[in-house]
Amino acid sequence: MNILAAVSKDIPIADAGIVALLGYGVVFLGLILLMVVVILLGKAFVAAEKRKKEAPIETPAAAPVAEPDAPVAPGSAGGVKLYDVEPKTAAMLMAIVADKMGKPLNELRFISIREVK
Amino acid sequence: MEILYQNLLNIEFQHVIMWIIGGLLIYFAIAKEMEPTLLLPMGFGAILVNLPIAEAGSGVQAVIDFLFKIGIDSHELFPLLLFVGIGAMIDFEPLLTNPKLMLFGAAAQFGIFFTLFLATLLGFDLKDAASIAIIGAADGPTSIFVAGQLQSNYIGAIMVAAYSYMALVPLVQPPIIKLCTTKKERLIRMEYKGKKVSKTTKILFPIVVTVLVAFVAPDAVALIGFLMFGNLIRECGVLNSLSDTAQNVLANLITIFLGITIASRMKAEDFLQVETLLIMGLGLVAFIVDTFGGIMLAKLMNLFCKEKINPMIGAAGISAFPMSARVVHKLGLQEDSSNFLLMHSIGVNVSGQIASVIAGGLILALVKGMLGM
Repeated sequence: MNILAAVSKDIPIADAGIVALLGYGVVFLGLILLMVVVILLGKAFVAAEKRKKEAPIETPAAAPVAEPDAPVAPGSAGGVKLYDVEPKTAAMLMAIVADKMGKPLNELRFISIREVK
Repeated sequence: MEILYQNLLNIEFQHVIMWIIGGLLIYFAIAKEMEPTLLLPMGFGAILVNLPIAEAGSGVQAVIDFLFKIGIDSHELFPLLLFVGIGAMIDFEPLLTNPKLMLFGAAAQFGIFFTLFLATLLGFDLKDAASIAIIGAADGPTSIFVAGQLQSNYIGAIMVAAYSYMALVPLVQPPIIKLCTTKKERLIRMEYKGKKVSKTTKILFPIVVTVLVAFVAPDAVALIGFLMFGNLIRECGVLNSLSDTAQNVLANLITIFLGITIASRMKAEDFLQVETLLIMGLGLVAFIVDTFGGIMLAKLMNLFCKEKINPMIGAAGISAFPMSARVVHKLGLQEDSSNFLLMHSIGVNVSGQIASVIAGGLILALVKGMLGM
């Protein structure tokens, strides 16, 4: 259980070095791979959305129109309705409230934010 | 008559020390609110398993040992089930809006690998060194999973260190962050581009992560699979009641038993060793080096990137979620009351969660391979 004892049979140290270097390297590789996949996925969805918008919209008269989802504030657990408030300002307000309450954002639910004039 | 005072005679000095340790854990849990959900059951469990009556075969020890056997020893059931709850709690949106943040999660695992080397240098064998190093994952279930799979002799001390330092993140990280950054760097503002992430992306993300991790670190599939399963329940939008159950009922139920089960490895004869102190020290080193690693990557990126990154967010790459992100956010506000880093630090924090699981899986694969386990 001392340094000299460990150094005298230096194979575990070499093993540990290999595990450390390989492990750290592969963690980086794995996360880079994941990052690339997420970026590509994001781009594919943006492109698909663009194509959808550019295409002529043919809506049959009788087809029911699906109501679009309300914009979801980043970091929140559900939707929040914004009245005369920029999404950026709302995000800031929610961050301040979470911080003052000492609770993580995902444990709080904001129903709506309205500017009082 | 002897039966009335037999237990008093069975009390040993080491038992009393363990009661004090248990009492301290309960004190920190209640008075300081440090990870009370785990430190309190662990503290009470430490007292329970060190009662002389327990040794006399009252059944308490047998029940806790049974919980350990089914919950941790056989297939690491408790940490995996807890990961379903954690997955349901995590919102990956801040990470999905800025995928580059994933790099910080990887960088902040430096402490794990540094500590592995250091622990081996201090004389721990490879399986124990790897189990100790994973304290740096700042993630209780991952630590339990790795230490359990490697059958470490120090699982009790490792758990106490892991959860204690997670609770101490608000005390451990700020001085390191301040030491590694200049005031000018801490004042860097980062604009949050709140891009809308489609529901499809959010649903695909847990599935893609699970598949990718299966290729990169097959031993981490159980951990990442359960974590991402929880997240899929949350994001699919049609299982709100299951998501709610996973986040609250399931997570709470497992936490109650996990703490007291870990205490089964806090028997005086196992816990009161010099190695326990070494493990506590190494755990601290792991957290410090993790923080350092994340910050240094941000500094390095600032040399090349046009859009500057506040290096403090790198520190949130340890997966102590969401404490680490909140620490960085608060430090940002201390320097400039209008500099909000929360969304960036949360993004880095959740990437740390994924990175720590991958790191755990890789360590398992490499160490098991080397030891022929």
